[in-house]
Amino acid sequence: MKFNEEKLNKVKEIIARYPEGKQKSALIPVLHLAQEENGGWLSTEAMDHVAELLSILPIEVYEVATFYTMFNLKPVGKYVFEVCRTGPCMLNGSDNIIEYIKEKLSIKEGETTPDGMFTLKPAECLGACGYAPMMQLGKHYREHLTKEKVDAIIDECRRNAASNN
Amino acid sequence: MKLLLEHAHVEGIRYYDTYRKNGGYRSVEKAFKMTPDEIVEEVKKSGLRGRGGAGFPTGMKWSFLAKPEGVPRHLVCNADESEPGTFKDRYLMEFLPHLLIEGLIVSSFALGSHATYIYIRGEYAWIVDILEQAIGEAKNNGWLGKNILNSGFDCEIYVQRGGGAYICGEETALIESLEGKRGNPRIKPPFPAIQGVWMRPTVVNNVETLAAVVPIINNGGEEYAKIGVGRSTGTKLLSVCGNVKKPGIYEIDMTQTVEEFIFSDEYCGGIANGKRLKACIPGGSSVPILPANLLLKTAKGEARYMNYESLSDGGFATGSMMGSGGFIVMDEDQCVVRHTMTLARFYNHESCGQCSPCREGTGWMYKILKNIEYGKGKLSDIDLLWDIQRKIEGNTICPLGDAAAWPVAAAIRHFRDEFEWHVNNPDEAQNRNFGLAHYADPIHIPAGA
Repeated sequence: MKFNEEKLNKVKEIIARYPEGKQKSALIPVLHLAQEENGGWLSTEAMDHVAELLSILPIEVYEVATFYTMFNLKPVGKYVFEVCRTGPCMLNGSDNIIEYIKEKLSIKEGETTPDGMFTLKPAECLGACGYAPMMQLGKHYREHLTKEKVDAIIDECRRNAASNN
Repeated sequence: MKLLLEHAHVEGIRYYDTYRKNGGYRSVEKAFKMTPDEIVEEVKKSGLRGRGGAGFPTGMKWSFLAKPEGVPRHLVCNADESEPGTFKDRYLMEFLPHLLIEGLIVSSFALGSHATYIYIRGEYAWIVDILEQAIGEAKNNGWLGKNILNSGFDCEIYVQRGGGAYICGEETALIESLEGKRGNPRIKPPFPAIQGVWMRPTVVNNVETLAAVVPIINNGGEEYAKIGVGRSTGTKLLSVCGNVKKPGIYEIDMTQTVEEFIFSDEYCGGIANGKRLKACIPGGSSVPILPANLLLKTAKGEARYMNYESLSDGGFATGSMMGSGGFIVMDEDQCVVRHTMTLARFYNHESCGQCSPCREGTGWMYKILKNIEYGKGKLSDIDLLWDIQRKIEGNTICPLGDAAAWPVAAAIRHFRDEFEWHVNNPDEAQNRNFGLAHYADPIHIPAGA
């Protein structure tokens, strides 16, 4: 993976937010860009590219990428269901939602469907406790989940994938 | 009494024109006619306490900021809201982004920060766009950039997205993360006010704290201090979740009783589905859980109020904390063991791994709680859990260790019989919950408290 011209400009814009010589501060925002560009995960190649852009050592990128939960170090499905299971969501039935997704997609926690469409990634508190149970899907939250809503979300993803092909 | 959410329901308040028409940015006009020290003085007079959880007086924190000649200083807004039960900052940023931007401009001027950063948790990805749009609007209208309002003061605000780590809500971990590193908290001292981001003097404040600077400047610190009770001045946002009829965000002046807050229609509207109240964690997952009886009344039998002092009345033996305002309510059908297990898993997942007691202890506690929850526990496990949490508390660089220890300690302190029932009735515990037991009895003071 290499950033195109547009993304390289975005990287420059991010670096400009920090004092001279402190471009390492751009690391997490730039890793988010790299992950988006690389189909939802960070390959070693992608991380090395980021290291080069920020003039830091590859190990400085790896140690950060492995620390933060949002960075995937293995390929993931086209749609990642990050379902919160911490206390407040648990009180509102998140266990049942996770079980339902597992059953419906025939995958376990952390697995991806064989067609590469869906990954189920149980998450810890995402700050939507009053609207539980919930999941993060891409950039947005899906809240007040029910089995019917999960069905609708899965259909919606399949439709979107079909229309993008 | 609404100060922060006064205009929250005005249509279009997210956008500059509507926000300005509703009195927005007046505090900036006023502040730029004051000196930075006068602004700090107003914040001190207001009695405002940090809204992130610790409750430290904001004005005092500001006055600690070192001002060495020729060294830039920075204000960093802590928007890494990650404490389970807490989602108030999200609400402010999503619906009232300009209120935060306004508070940031005034605070940046007071502290002399020309580059101010909002460090937002990575999962709030769509809110980054909302904030950046609001910053753009503010800049286009002359509230940010060079020579704001001809004052000679320059200021830029940047939004920094995190990578999904609870620990980055701890201010020194946040600073490390802002520098592009793992979120390992630093040993203090030096405090950020002396050496913060890029070793420069730095103030880190919570979103709600910085938003509260707006009404403080508009109405004056003394007026703000008249609202509230005692040292709990002003208004506080509560994020309510769990088994109430109306979960969501409430702004209170801290004069309400807990009973009124939970059961009146003005606030939570009572327990959902006609059930009864069993327990509550009143200030985010880290603070002690209280059974219904101790939540509604203090050990002395007096009504408990929704403020810093009253919620902590009785210490950890019979009280809790206001914390971040994450109010988690549990009905009679909920299982305290299972809830505590999810919190233990959370803290184990979020421990940065730097200090052994936390790194090892959180995982150990989670494993034991999992055994008890799934019918494989022993009675001695309960004492072992108590022993482990005691050895984590106070023995780590940052408060995550304490935050992981307290929920376990409080659950055992107040709900020991529920843990014992799990151990003694492993099969039954898989199929039904312990229920309300005596937790709602008039006052039950735990033995040895």
